Amino acid sequence: MMLQIQGLRAKVGEKEILRGIDLEVGAGEVHAIMGPNGSGKSTLAQVLAGRETFEVTQGKVLFEGKDLLALPPEERAVAGIFLAFQYPVEVPGVGNLYFLRTALNAIRKRRGEEELDAMDFLALAKEKMKLVAMDPSFTGRSVNEGFSGGEKKRNEIFQMAVLDPKLAILDETDSGLDIDALRTVAAGVNGLRNENRAMIVITHYQRLLNYIVPDRVHVMQSGRIVRSGGRELALELEQKGYAQIEVRREAAP
Amino acid sequence: MTELAQSLRDRFASLGNGPLLPLRQAAFARFEQLGLPTLQDEEWKYTSLAPLAQLRFEPAAPGALPDPGRFSLAGTGVQIVFVDGKHRPDLSSGKASPSGIFAGSLSAALADRPELVRRELSRHADHEREALVALNTAFLQDGAFIHLPEGAVVPEPIHLLFLTTHSGKTTASHPRNLFVAGRGSQATIVETWAGPGGQAYLTNAVTEAVLGDGAHLDHYKVQEEGPRAIHLALLQVEQGRDSRLRSSSIALGAALARNEVRARFASEGGECTLNGLYMAGAKQHLDNRTVVDHQSARCTSRELYKGVLSDRSRGVFSGRVLVRKDAQKTDASQTNKNLLLSDEAWVDTKPQLEILADDVKCAHGAAVGQLDENALFYLRSRGIPQEAARSLLTWAFASEMVELIPLRPLQARVRQLVASRLPAFDGWKEVA
Repeated sequence: MMLQIQGLRAKVGEKEILRGIDLEVGAGEVHAIMGPNGSGKSTLAQVLAGRETFEVTQGKVLFEGKDLLALPPEERAVAGIFLAFQYPVEVPGVGNLYFLRTALNAIRKRRGEEELDAMDFLALAKEKMKLVAMDPSFTGRSVNEGFSGGEKKRNEIFQMAVLDPKLAILDETDSGLDIDALRTVAAGVNGLRNENRAMIVITHYQRLLNYIVPDRVHVMQSGRIVRSGGRELALELEQKGYAQIEVRREAAP
Repeated sequence: MTELAQSLRDRFASLGNGPLLPLRQAAFARFEQLGLPTLQDEEWKYTSLAPLAQLRFEPAAPGALPDPGRFSLAGTGVQIVFVDGKHRPDLSSGKASPSGIFAGSLSAALADRPELVRRELSRHADHEREALVALNTAFLQDGAFIHLPEGAVVPEPIHLLFLTTHSGKTTASHPRNLFVAGRGSQATIVETWAGPGGQAYLTNAVTEAVLGDGAHLDHYKVQEEGPRAIHLALLQVEQGRDSRLRSSSIALGAALARNEVRARFASEGGECTLNGLYMAGAKQHLDNRTVVDHQSARCTSRELYKGVLSDRSRGVFSGRVLVRKDAQKTDASQTNKNLLLSDEAWVDTKPQLEILADDVKCAHGAAVGQLDENALFYLRSRGIPQEAARSLLTWAFASEMVELIPLRPLQARVRQLVASRLPAFDGWKEVA
C-alpha cells in the first residue's frame, strides 16, 4: 500500500479539524475525497504535505512504509508527494521556470540524482507545458503573479508534470474554473495517470469527477470519512446532497 | 575633555596649515560647540553614536590594501581612488572626456579651478548646524571634485573608490566631495566604500552636488565597509530648474552606518528619485535618512527604500518630505518597506510629510513584515529546503532594488553582493 492513514487527528489552535481519518491508497489508484465546506478536506491535504499550521495530535501516516509525519515538507516532496494548491501562491520577483528548476534540482540532488542544467530543463519544461496547453509567454513571468485563476491551476498541474510525484494531492483544483479551463486541467491530470502514480482528488462538486474518473470516492464530514464507495457514490451525492448521505460506517468516537 | 575630543584635537593639530585653514578652524570650533548628536536630537532618535564616542583616533599607517581591481566596473571611464581619505593617482585610472571636464581630486582642483571650488565648497552642506558636517569640514583634506561644464555629457560612468587601509589602527577619514554639473550636463557617478574587517575605523563623508538647470546626475553608492566600521555620510544636492537626480544607495557593510540624502529643489520643474536598499545582519545598525525639500513649484520626487534585517540587526528609515508654501503642483511619493527575518531584528521607520502648499499630490507609506508563511510552505512543498526557500523569498523582496539600477555592470555587481548575503542561494545569476 502506498499511503496508509490511520486514526489521524489534527487541530489548529484548540480547534480539532481532523477527528480520526483512516484511508488507504494504492499505487495507480485515484481516490476522490468529497465533502461540504469545513469538513476538513483541505486540512487533510495540507497535513499530508506537511503544513506546520496544523498540529497532528494522534494517528499515523505511512508513505511506502515510512513515517511521513516525521518529515518536513521538502522531504515529503523528495519522497514523492505533491500538493496542487487550492490557492496557488504568487511569488513576485521569482521566475516561474527558475523556481521550478530549483525545486526539481533540489529534489534530484537529495535523491542522489544528477541536476538538470538550464538547457535540459527547458526541454523538459516545454514538453510538459504542452500537457496543460500552457502559453509559452508564461516562462518569462514570476511565479503565479498576475495569473488568472485558470492559469494558476494549470501551472499547478504543469509543476506536477515536471516534478513527477508518486502521490499527487489535488486540492479543489476545479474551484474557480470555467468549463473550458476545467477540461484542459482535467486532461492534463488524466495525461499523468499511470499504474505507478496515485492521486487524491479533493473536490466539493461532482462535476470534476466527470472528467477525472476516480476508482474510489470518500465522503468527509466533521473531520471524518463517513462513507466510502465506488464512483457511483459521487453521483448519489450529486442527487441527494451531503445532508442526505447515509452514514454506513461506524464513526470514530 | 573626553578622550575622543582630545584625540580629535591632536589629529586636527597634526594636519597643519593649508589654503582652507580658516574654514577648517571655524568648523572645528563649531564642532566642539555642537558636540556629537545624541538620542535627544530628533534627527538622531534611533541611532546612537556612542560607539563612535568610544574610539580614539590614531594617524593612518601603512598596511594592506584591498585590490582596487576587485571593485572595478566594466565600462567605467574614470576611476578615482582614495585611500584613507587621500587621493591616490597611482591607483586611479582613465581620463574624463570630453575636454573641459574635470574629474579628479579636490586638492588638485583647488589649484586648477580655485574660484569654482571656493564658490561652491561648503555652501550647501551646513557646518553651522550639523555636527558631522562640521567635523568633516574641520578635517577637510581631499575628496573627489567633478565639474561638468555647460552641456557636457559624460557617456561613461565615473567611479569613485574610497578604501581604508588594513593597518590595525583606529583611523578616521573625512572625504569631502564636490560635484558641480553645469546647465544641461549629464553624468553618472558611482561611489564604492570599502575597508578592512580587522579594525574599527570611521568614515565621515560629505558630498555636495550642485545641478544646474536641466542637468542630469545619476548617483549610485555601494557601501560595503568592514564589519567594525562606522560609516557616516551625507549627500546634499541642490537642484536647478528642470534638473534630474537619481540616487541609489546600497548599504550592506559597517557595524554602524548612517546614510543621509538631501535634495533641495531650488527652482521649478526638478525631479528626483531616491532609492535605497539596506541589508543588515549580525548586530549591524543601518540608518537611512532622506530629506526632500520642495521649495519650488512643479517638482517631482519619488522615494523607495527597502530594508532586510536579520539576526539582531537594526534598521532605521526616516524620510522627510517638506513641501513649502510656494511649491504648488508638487508631486511627491515616499515608500519604505522592511522585511524582518528574525525575531530579534528591529526596524524603526518614520515617514514624515509636511505640506504647506495646497495644490499638491503627496503619498507616503511604510510597511514592516516577515516572510509570507504561505509562500514559504508553497516553496517547501515543491522540494526547496527551508533555508533556500527563505533566501529565495528574501531575494524576491530585495531584488526589486537591484533591478532598479539601470547601469548594467553595477547591477550585476550589486546582484552578486546581495545574493551572497543569502544563505543556500546560488541562483542569482539566472533569477533576473
